[in-house]
Amino acid sequence: MKIPMTEYLAIDLDREMWECRCCGHVIQSARENYKKGLLVYDRNPREIHKPLLDTTKYQRSFAPDPAWCALLEYYCPSCGTLVETEYTVPGHPPLHDMEFDIDALRAQWKDRPAPASVEIPDDDERIRKLRETHAH
Amino acid sequence: MGHTDNQMKAALSADEQALLDTFLEENSLFYGPDPAIMRDHHIGPRTEVEDALLNSELDPHALNLVRGRLHAALDETYDMVEQMGTAPGAKWGDLVTAVYTATGDLSSISPKGVVVFSGVCHYPLKFIAKYWAHDPTVGLREGDGFIHNDSRYGNIHNTDQSMIMPVFHEGEVICWVSSTIHEGENGACEPGGMPAAAESKWDEGLKMPPFRIVENNQVRRDLLTFLQNSVRDPKLQYEDVKVKLHACLRLIERIRSVIAEYGKENLIACLRKNIEDVDVEVRRRIREMPDGTVRTHAFIDGTLRENVLIKYNLTVTVKGEHMILDVRGSSPEFTNRSINTTLASLKTCIATAYLLYIWPDLPHNMACFSAVEVLSDENSLLDSSFDAPNCMSLIPLFKSFTLPTIALAKFMYSCPTRYTAIYSSHFNQPYTFIYGGVTQHGEVTGNFCADINGNGGGARENRDGEHAVAPCFGYMCDTGEQELIEEELPVLRLVAQHLTKDRVGFGKYRGGLGYEQLITSRDAGFWGFMTGGTGSLHPSAYGLFGGYASPVYTLCKIREVNVFDTLKTDPRSFKFDLVELMNEQAIPGAKYGAYDMGMTFEPVQEGEVYMICQGAGAGYGDVLDRDPNLVIRDLEEDLISHETARALYHVVYDTDSLVLDVEATRAARAAERESRKRRGKPFDEFVAEWVRPEPPEDLPYYGSWDDPTRIYAGQGAGRVVMQRGAVQGVMMPNPKDVRIAELEAQLAAATAGRG
Repeated sequence: MKIPMTEYLAIDLDREMWECRCCGHVIQSARENYKKGLLVYDRNPREIHKPLLDTTKYQRSFAPDPAWCALLEYYCPSCGTLVETEYTVPGHPPLHDMEFDIDALRAQWKDRPAPASVEIPDDDERIRKLRETHAH
Repeated sequence: MGHTDNQMKAALSADEQALLDTFLEENSLFYGPDPAIMRDHHIGPRTEVEDALLNSELDPHALNLVRGRLHAALDETYDMVEQMGTAPGAKWGDLVTAVYTATGDLSSISPKGVVVFSGVCHYPLKFIAKYWAHDPTVGLREGDGFIHNDSRYGNIHNTDQSMIMPVFHEGEVICWVSSTIHEGENGACEPGGMPAAAESKWDEGLKMPPFRIVENNQVRRDLLTFLQNSVRDPKLQYEDVKVKLHACLRLIERIRSVIAEYGKENLIACLRKNIEDVDVEVRRRIREMPDGTVRTHAFIDGTLRENVLIKYNLTVTVKGEHMILDVRGSSPEFTNRSINTTLASLKTCIATAYLLYIWPDLPHNMACFSAVEVLSDENSLLDSSFDAPNCMSLIPLFKSFTLPTIALAKFMYSCPTRYTAIYSSHFNQPYTFIYGGVTQHGEVTGNFCADINGNGGGARENRDGEHAVAPCFGYMCDTGEQELIEEELPVLRLVAQHLTKDRVGFGKYRGGLGYEQLITSRDAGFWGFMTGGTGSLHPSAYGLFGGYASPVYTLCKIREVNVFDTLKTDPRSFKFDLVELMNEQAIPGAKYGAYDMGMTFEPVQEGEVYMICQGAGAGYGDVLDRDPNLVIRDLEEDLISHETARALYHVVYDTDSLVLDVEATRAARAAERESRKRRGKPFDEFVAEWVRPEPPEDLPYYGSWDDPTRIYAGQGAGRVVMQRGAVQGVMMPNPKDVRIAELEAQLAAATAGRG
């Protein structure tokens, strides 16, 4: 059974592996940091948050200071999806952000039906239908 | 002299010891904040009456009707305060009314109200019950009303003031009610109630532990006069005490009618059941989550006085129905800076994040947090000491609305039930102008602009964030009526609600944008502005699952010019756009400047222009997954530039017609994915090259690095390292002294060798 854990990551309980939800690439043991199976890029944050003010005139320009802010991008090595971003301080150890108890996860899903698409209460389409139901 | 405690005790007989104990009990020197109250956020045990009622046969229909009547009364009293209140915060929804059980647990708030305000009120309320109710010089009687604002006794910051009243029935307290407003002015060292310049708690203005200002439902004029005499805006203080009192009185009237119609038993049972039902449901929802640990952190880039990097560390652990939030390893407190927060305020803000962004369908009371434990370092930024100033606690507290959202999204994504869409970060800085001075009507005032309520919403898993929708702490607060503001204040907004093009968290779904605020002053006797935000070097609101953060923001000024003269003589030189104004520098003789978002109070001359942006929400998901048609729509709505559409979203289209080239876009995005694979490095290789054992030496860094038990403070040779359990506050040098030292060093270098 594959449990979707984030927009782009699933845990395959049978193989106990992190998997890319976009291409099915097997990333890393689910008992370890999924980031170890991804590619990392130290992106200059000013490439994403570009200076809007003339940097020859001003020191502050709506763009982060690369000495104070690093932006790590994690890519799936198979399909190149940007799985996660991490805003941090230059040189700070990357976070082991998700560490789940795989045995407990298996026990939790033992009696649950296989994951299907989840209904989101505030989805536009659902709200539209609810309104139609109550329309007079 | 010379006796140890043990020798003293040995010398006392049992009677003498009892006498000493009684003496000490009856002669407390000072009733400060009680840690037994302030460090306990859990709902209390049932009273005997509650227990008997909840074990009896209850009529669910009657309870539902009581709950409906209470909600109607809370909604009615919210509207009363909003319509009658004088404070800008009251007019724009920064308020709440609430009802509590007899022992002081928050049961229900006004549906449109700000949860955090009532979420902290149970602390002073429990203080009243514990200390004043039985004190012969105070007591607790029908018709009493207690005023309160000091966050050390339970508040977010002391610019908020509460009225708390017991509701008596048959001679006993049956429940409590409260009404709270963000009042603004409170006599602090800077006008407006949120002084960034405060260096001690004595700079924070009014510091009210709960005390009785209302007797027999009447405000005591002597005490009110004392309060009026202590603030810059005595009219505000006078009117809003009465507004809050009358909201409480109306609530009491409605509660009495509920008792008359349904009996006191149904009221007591309803109030307690509201709480217990939430607690039970929260534990069930935690059990739905996977067991495990999620780690996250955020960095605050300043104290409002100087640029430093301050770590907010958060690790969340779930096991069964237990959830632990561990904020240890965060920065030490700053003993002479205003951005510290008490632990009680922190917990209330995190609980509010649960109610706003994680389980918004739950009834709004603090039981949503009773199942959660919080671990913190004492004397830290997030659990500051009694003496540390905390009047700008909003700096870490606003992060407390978004950091748990990021952490819990990683627990909730796999859950079989969604209670709301997974949410990226709402914008989380109090970006607004705080002002003070003499108005065009000759009145002294100090307060803040409601633009604080215009934070951009975070992106969700199924849609873009909403523009300038609400503050991160409440969903029904508004940004106010500019015409009303201009009637009362010598403040003119030259550009209003102009969305901040290209300043947003990008992603598969983007955050909602903020807006530009260009203001000036006119017809004032004396006037000044301050701003109290961070996030000028390091982004404040982080993205989720590949989404990007909000950008950083800059305070811009055009000074030494009267823009009203410019508008008369050369109107074309004034562009109604912040970026154009700053880059073109078209006004002759003007002094242009771009600064950090934290500015202590600064006098302004008529026609000088101050410009800030309200911040945008963070993004969700990979930018290459964004529907290209949504990118085109953003271009049509002028929310992004062509450069962003092409370089970031990799969308190909005709520049003039904006007609999308679907195939070329697909190819461009495939090429970018290949490019990512080429430039990315394997994790272990990257870590070996990039990670440092300690914070960069030249970076003023406060908080842990990789080990949350080792906490750094400072930079270079002055950096100290503290161990968990021995965290001490940090005293910062005066920024002016630092600047003088820099200039003296430059002068010495320039004059060296001249004899």
